[in-house]
Amino acid sequence: MNLRGWSGRSLAGVVMILFVFFFAVPIVWLLLSVTKSAKALTVANPFSVGSWHDFVANWNQLFGFQDGAVTTWIGNSAVYAGGALVLTLLVSIPAGYALALTEFKLRRALLVLTLVVMLIPSTALVLPIFLELNSAGLIGSPLSVILPMSFFPFGVYLTYIYFSTSIPRDLLAAARIDGCTEVQVFTRIALPLGAPIVALVAFFSFVQNWNNFFLPFVMLPSSDGYPIQVGLTSLLASTPAFNPSSAGSDSVQLPTLALATVVSVLPVLIVFLFSQRFLVSGMTAGGTKE
Amino acid sequence: MTIAPPSDQLAAGAFERRRPARPNGRAPGRTPIGYVFVSLYALLALAFGVFPSLYAVVLAFTNADGGFAGAGNFTKVVGDFRFWPAVLHVTLYLVIWLVALVVFVVGLALLVHAVRVRWAGTALRFVYYLPGALAGASSVLLWLFVLDPTASPVSGLLHAFGFDSFVAVIQPGHLPAIFAIIAFWTGAGGWIVIMYGALNNISTEMLEAAQVDGANAVQIALRIQLPLLRKWIAYMGVMSLAAGTQLFVEPQLLSQASNAVVPNDYSLNQLAYQYAFQQNDFNGAAAISLILLVVALLLSWVFVTRGGLFEKE
Repeated sequence: MNLRGWSGRSLAGVVMILFVFFFAVPIVWLLLSVTKSAKALTVANPFSVGSWHDFVANWNQLFGFQDGAVTTWIGNSAVYAGGALVLTLLVSIPAGYALALTEFKLRRALLVLTLVVMLIPSTALVLPIFLELNSAGLIGSPLSVILPMSFFPFGVYLTYIYFSTSIPRDLLAAARIDGCTEVQVFTRIALPLGAPIVALVAFFSFVQNWNNFFLPFVMLPSSDGYPIQVGLTSLLASTPAFNPSSAGSDSVQLPTLALATVVSVLPVLIVFLFSQRFLVSGMTAGGTKE
Repeated sequence: MTIAPPSDQLAAGAFERRRPARPNGRAPGRTPIGYVFVSLYALLALAFGVFPSLYAVVLAFTNADGGFAGAGNFTKVVGDFRFWPAVLHVTLYLVIWLVALVVFVVGLALLVHAVRVRWAGTALRFVYYLPGALAGASSVLLWLFVLDPTASPVSGLLHAFGFDSFVAVIQPGHLPAIFAIIAFWTGAGGWIVIMYGALNNISTEMLEAAQVDGANAVQIALRIQLPLLRKWIAYMGVMSLAAGTQLFVEPQLLSQASNAVVPNDYSLNQLAYQYAFQQNDFNGAAAISLILLVVALLLSWVFVTRGGLFEKE
């Protein structure tokens, strides 16, 4: 589409720039605020750069919080998101492939089930899953978050769409004639061609699980088991600026809380930056359905 | 590709376990491999999709002793003085958020798609997309800062609107809009990228033909691009609506940060949480969860059928 006319074009430009500010300003400010002292954060220009000294002080305060709880939480997040990522790939990719390119009786039923469950928001099932795992005695164990996270119908659906649109059945038939077993057809032909969708499902799974709040919040009662997202609430509760009653020996200053926010999203941010290029093409993988 | 070998082993393991269970007289070697490949997924789907849903149904219709309760749990939670305010809160939030999402996401996708300078278009999409890295508690924390006039990067703007303190900003009447802004900030970029991709899939011949016929940019957008986006808009609507009914982390953190200016039973999901973990009433919690589930599914179903989603299968 071509925007005709000078005024139309500048109006469109203004709108787009306004949204750039809307989306970017909070992030830029957040990154700058971790370099400031608590006083500078409220007094100095919001977009000024602080000092290395203050950054180190914030860093030390954050990682000294409750004898290094933050380190534990980040480690937990890595275990949960990483474990769920591996399981999700092992489960979803073969399933999506089978739904797309093989015939079996329950295929259609499973596909419909996938679509329906995909529409159920994952949080809606958290309480029932809690009760289920509670009776299985798994509450508090890492499995209580890893297993539910590994069930990822959206990933199966993406894989299904990708394999059904981008791999001709003839190719698989040819491999079978050449003597490949079904498992070899999958690992030698489909999987290499499916590399983009494997990466995409891995990305979505990781981001979603790293950022998941409600599931671990419910499943993991002890602070030692928190992922960083839930740990943030402990930090927030100890921040006098938002919680005046918490002023005490282990209280958290605003810049430290800002640093905690940055640290909590850093892995996702890094994955984002590195995978930007293939994501844009990959996210629309479903769009080639027509 | 490093995942291939373990996947083989797992699939083979499932294969061995499954075979005796299906003595359906097929010739050896003709076993449908599809069952093997979907077995683990089917297992998880049963454990964390089907079974919890059924379990919620059972709980919602029984009492604490396991006896049949009829509609008792539902009348109890619906009659709770906190129930209807929570419904109102979530509804207001959903209306604001969905309208903003459809209008701005589609609008911005059309605009960015019209940018002819390649690097500028890429940069715009990237900036819009970036906040998606911050979700859950992190994005709420960031917005606590932004909404607190003492520290906010836009404190000037807040003061200009007459907000001089954090408590003034987060008055109950403002909350649906605030939650909508947070959700939009986090989620809109991903949808803009998806819409952009869908726009790229529209054939250039069609657009050129329309131009030759004298259509201007606005007419092309309204008459050609928008109708072709319909499916994607419906998809966005379904996913966002379903997710939005489950509002939890935003009010939960805001409640914690505001010394209960924001109540901890603001949303329906919070109320369900209160039932389960403060009142030890899992049946009541299940009743609320079930209501949420049914509403999300019903609304999604309307979107799916009206929007022509999943037409092919």
